[in-house]
Amino acid sequence: MRSMGGTPLPANVKLIDENGRRMDGRLPDEMRPLKIEAGVLKRADGSAYVEWGNNKVMAAVYGPRECHPRHLQNPERALVQCTYNMASFSVDERKRPGPDRRSHEISKIISEALTNVVFTEYFPRTSIDVYIEVLQANAGTRCAGLTAASVALADAGIPMRDLVASCAAGKVADTVVVDLQKEEDNFGQADIPVGFVPRTNEIVLLQMDGDLTPEQFDKGLHMAVEACKKVYQIQRDALKRRYSARAADEDVPPAIVEGAMMREGQ
Amino acid sequence: MQSIDTKENAREIVVPGDLLAISSKKAGPGTYSEGGKIFASQLGIKSVRPDSISVVPLAGQYMPIIGDLIVGKIVDIGPSNWLVDINSPYPAPLHVNEVPWRVEFGETRKFMSVGDVVLIKVVGVDERRRISVSMQDHGLRKLTGGTVMEISPSKVPRIIGKNGSMIQMLKNETACRIYVGQNGRIWIDGELDNIVKAVQAIRMIEDEAHSLGLTEKVKEFLGSKPGIGE
Repeated sequence: MRSMGGTPLPANVKLIDENGRRMDGRLPDEMRPLKIEAGVLKRADGSAYVEWGNNKVMAAVYGPRECHPRHLQNPERALVQCTYNMASFSVDERKRPGPDRRSHEISKIISEALTNVVFTEYFPRTSIDVYIEVLQANAGTRCAGLTAASVALADAGIPMRDLVASCAAGKVADTVVVDLQKEEDNFGQADIPVGFVPRTNEIVLLQMDGDLTPEQFDKGLHMAVEACKKVYQIQRDALKRRYSARAADEDVPPAIVEGAMMREGQ
Repeated sequence: MQSIDTKENAREIVVPGDLLAISSKKAGPGTYSEGGKIFASQLGIKSVRPDSISVVPLAGQYMPIIGDLIVGKIVDIGPSNWLVDINSPYPAPLHVNEVPWRVEFGETRKFMSVGDVVLIKVVGVDERRRISVSMQDHGLRKLTGGTVMEISPSKVPRIIGKNGSMIQMLKNETACRIYVGQNGRIWIDGELDNIVKAVQAIRMIEDEAHSLGLTEKVKEFLGSKPGIGE
């Protein structure tokens, strides 16, 4: 698929071995370990940190806030503006810093995926700014970025229909696998990142790089959706853990609920 | 995965998309209904009442509601209005007709300048979220002296406490004059040591907003010597 300028895959390395295991020992439908933490940045309204295999991604959310430049304002809804950026040290060979074709594309598709779940009509004329920083990349950073961004949005208290979970599938050595890692992405045959809304079974992000037969595509999509459901559980746990960690043995006093109700009654 | 319960369980933390109930109750703030089911739309604490289900948010921006008492900062001056920053995504113009003085056209600068702090209330919010505010009510005024601090707007109910118990205690123990705006801005005036103490106490409430026995903890903190703590 993608011809990389870097080192080719050594001849003795098999992407899928005779036992059907992958380079890192995973089975075709097995994800890399995923760890999510919500509320890691103090200055942002909401934030999340994701470690997904060897990917390390940070997401920060600001807003809803006044939309600048003004001509981008929509009088009826909020604008979800995402900026995806890879740190220059995130890859083997130093990446030239700054926006490029690829990061523009990813920013756009993630913005669109998130717009589908945020109640943008609640905040006319504003923008909700999402910043995704890839600190370490090992394939699948757009999925990790989208996963982190939706946790950060929820952490910022932004009303949403659901969280977006994301995971990729692909084809490696003629086998359909889920959540490709770097070598599989570089020397594999196809890659399909999927953004999924578990509550409504909607797909809000779908791309394809490489080629697959319709049957392989269906299988890959199905596997990616199943993986997204697992990602979703980890996202929910991360958000709940943020607040229950401190209140675990103390429980939340009723006053916080009653105090807010006093205000509601106004 | 998604929990359904009709019995009283108000302390449950919910995440956007969580199913709260299958019922014909009203979908209150922080929730939305779809196909007869009520789901959470915000990260918060589930709250079930006889006629409605809502989510009390744990984070979020301040969204003005008519009647809210807020602490604003003047950020711009026009010939017939002041533009007030109310710690919300939307700026709020304060018109000369809404202040307790008679102001001639173009003479707004003589009354209030940029940086002044005002105690105002929200008198209008339309469907496009255009805000109007007023300074014409009992106690509303320009606030001189003192200091302003900001907290997360979702923590304001905790600072005020049940029926104002927490804020009353803060005022009594620190001998400070305190105004808590619904927008998360708090104005404090008094002796310097006392202000420092009040600020520390408020930060403590904010940090430990959902721990039990908070009132006692704060009381104990306020009882200790000034300058100690943190």
